[in-house]
Amino acid sequence: MTYDLIVLGSGPGGYVAAIRASQLGLKTAIVERERLGGICLNWGCIPTKALLRSSEIYHYLTHLDAYGLSAERPGFDLTRVVQRSRTVADQLNAGVKGLMKKHRIEVHEGVGTIPARGRLIVEKDGAKTELSAKTIIVATGARARELPIAKADGERIWIYRHAMTPREMPTRLLVIGSGAIGIEFASFYSDMGAEVTIAEMLPRILPVEDEEVSAFMAKALTRQGMRLVTGASIESLETGTGGVTATIRTADGAVETSEYSHAIVAVGIVPNTENIGLEALGVALDRGHIVNDGYGRTNVEGILAIGDVAGPPWLAHKAMHEAIICVEKLAGQNPHPFDNGNIPGCTYSRPQVASVGLTEARAKEAGHAVKIGKFPFIGNGKAIALGEAEGFIKTVIDAATGELLGAHMVGAEVTELIQGYTIARELESTEAELIGTTFPHPTLSEMMHESILSAYGRALHV
Amino acid sequence: MAIEIKMPALSPTMEEGTLAKWLVKEGDTIRAGDLIAEIETDKATMEYESADEGVVAQILVGEGTDEVKVGTVIALIALDGEASVRSDSVAPLPVSAETPAPVLAGAVAEMADELALIDAAPARKASPLARRLAAAKGIDLSTVAGSGAGGRIVRRDLGIDLPAVAAPAPAIVASPPAAILPPPDVPHDTIKLSTMRKTIARRLSEAKQTVPHFYLAVDCRLDALLALRAQLNATLEGDARLSVNDMLVKALALALADVPEANVQFAGDELYQFQRVDISMAVAIDGGLVTPVITDAANLRLSAIAARSKALAAKARDGKLQPHEYQGGTASLSNLGMFGIRQIIPVINPPQAVILGVGAGEQRPHVIDGAVGIATMLTATGSFDHRAIDGAVGARLMAAFRALVEEPLRMIA
Repeated sequence: MTYDLIVLGSGPGGYVAAIRASQLGLKTAIVERERLGGICLNWGCIPTKALLRSSEIYHYLTHLDAYGLSAERPGFDLTRVVQRSRTVADQLNAGVKGLMKKHRIEVHEGVGTIPARGRLIVEKDGAKTELSAKTIIVATGARARELPIAKADGERIWIYRHAMTPREMPTRLLVIGSGAIGIEFASFYSDMGAEVTIAEMLPRILPVEDEEVSAFMAKALTRQGMRLVTGASIESLETGTGGVTATIRTADGAVETSEYSHAIVAVGIVPNTENIGLEALGVALDRGHIVNDGYGRTNVEGILAIGDVAGPPWLAHKAMHEAIICVEKLAGQNPHPFDNGNIPGCTYSRPQVASVGLTEARAKEAGHAVKIGKFPFIGNGKAIALGEAEGFIKTVIDAATGELLGAHMVGAEVTELIQGYTIARELESTEAELIGTTFPHPTLSEMMHESILSAYGRALHV
Repeated sequence: MAIEIKMPALSPTMEEGTLAKWLVKEGDTIRAGDLIAEIETDKATMEYESADEGVVAQILVGEGTDEVKVGTVIALIALDGEASVRSDSVAPLPVSAETPAPVLAGAVAEMADELALIDAAPARKASPLARRLAAAKGIDLSTVAGSGAGGRIVRRDLGIDLPAVAAPAPAIVASPPAAILPPPDVPHDTIKLSTMRKTIARRLSEAKQTVPHFYLAVDCRLDALLALRAQLNATLEGDARLSVNDMLVKALALALADVPEANVQFAGDELYQFQRVDISMAVAIDGGLVTPVITDAANLRLSAIAARSKALAAKARDGKLQPHEYQGGTASLSNLGMFGIRQIIPVINPPQAVILGVGAGEQRPHVIDGAVGIATMLTATGSFDHRAIDGAVGARLMAAFRALVEEPLRMIA
């Protein structure tokens, strides 16, 4: 079967590339070895947000008194909490199936390999189908990195897939890694009643975020009862019948050995480049990722790569951004190349974290003279009315041009607010346009306005 | 109380100009009628006559500042006997459409809209950041190609070196920005563009991009015209003496009077057909080009055309043309013959629909009565706006022009 384009992998990068290609008139096929929608939809973004919704509501349920409410014996059924997340994933999976049909994209189930340029073989249950196309987009994503000292067994040592389908509630949980995934699981399990310890190799948690965000979250999570160990390296992780024993060495040389019921390993990802045929084709890799030219094109003609397999940030919407640009370029349009400078990052813990652009430190490193704006949730009427007065919105502005270089937020609902700043940055607004915008009252979003005002010494409510 | 001297408008549509030169300094006493500054626009430099009396207390806008918006306070005058009135916080006034623009002494307000209007919808054309950076770096946005959505100019199009932003991305092939920077290894000077230059750049770019040009050339035998000219000049003196160009102006004007379908202007849904011929003459001046207008050229005597064109050219070179002297025109004439150019294929001067380019009169081999002889020939090329004028009409105009040039006594018939 011959197509204009074959997409290998149906995660957010793959299925979006296929849909855009179809919209632009390309005859497209998509190859998927597991479930349509890839990791994000089935084993990542979506189900974890469903779980976090349950833990968020459970948190309210266990703190009703503050709102003048009461309930007898609030509790949860872990199986049903997990099941809800699976049902949500199933619903979206069906949605992607429907989208493939609507856009007349042929779906081939099975494992795809590329024996030569322009050819792709799909294998399932021993049967092989050969496809051909002028262009193949590799969107095979990434998988969890494992600790060299101890592999995940799904019983006591979990990676994300196990962590989102627990058969039992951890009592004492060790979360290894404090990126978005580790922090989200820590938050979920802590709110559901586990005693949580977070171990992070670098000097601060959430290391890619702005320093003030890391510091605030460290305090907030500690106040919630979590224990944080930074500068930590895991020397050993031994499983037994009752749990896991971890030996952790910290930067000051101290070594501790402690017992946990379970450990979650969330130490990064590894791109899925093996067993596709890329080596034989001579596709260039850089630290495991497929090298591309900013339009997804690799060093081999007709082979392109997008999404997690093509490099950081390993975010679904970054994959979608690359999918659109890559396909539009293929179809003869002239989009700007991939731009990772305006990709927001969100962590759906409690409190939430959301950011876009440069941290204060990075902005200064890059040579910008900066103005910093900061506004605390405690100064916002809606935050207080909601009983969510914990958090802040920080903005980093170029002192010379008024350009919004970065925005960093902690607090309730900030993941829904960050788009305002990404729109402003996409439009290349300056502080003048942001200051001139009227935000609705009473909302949390007003803090976005106040933060910019604060950078110019003009904050009104603090 | 201090009197604010504000940036004047030289025409109702002027929005900004250059404060070219101060003729007074702080501390000078001025009287009503004194010339205190020179204001420059794309076409002319005008002197600002003070309407007030007093002492120049503070000059707020320095010499050579351009893009000074009409209405901006440029100086403060203290009334005689008053204490110093320096103000540190006089901010430039925002210009509102209703603010009446003070009219300079001598300027007659009779305008066709030829001066630049600031982009009516700048948000569509350039991002706020790009606009700010362009202003800071003195980049004229009208010369930048936009690569953003709908041709919007975004920061990357300015090609300005910004502090490197750390991005953990593999090597990116950037789309080439508009070529604003010169090659790094070639020694060069950076010359700031005058308002006139910027206007020429903008208007002619617009002409080439929006007007569908077509071109018709004729070779005209000049001998009879040269002979008539010599004969007439023997009877004329001083400014009334005719140049070849004066006679070509008359020929073009009469040709347009004979082919009125070529004396038109495209206006979207309508066509204006003029009942009078006004010829814009292209005059080269220091740093650019202006087009003073000979009004009603078809009905002026040759000697009157000669006198008028000399006067206008002198004013143009001195930068003293009044707006009504360079605005308007129903057709243009551009003559590069004095440089030995054989043929010029000119760019239409919007909103006109025709411009005639003429080259040098030169001795060429020419068929005369069936044999090859020598004649003085001149190549004239008309550039036409195809929205308003079709090939046949253009051809009739060129034929009429040529007939008048080759048999110049027709000019008095």
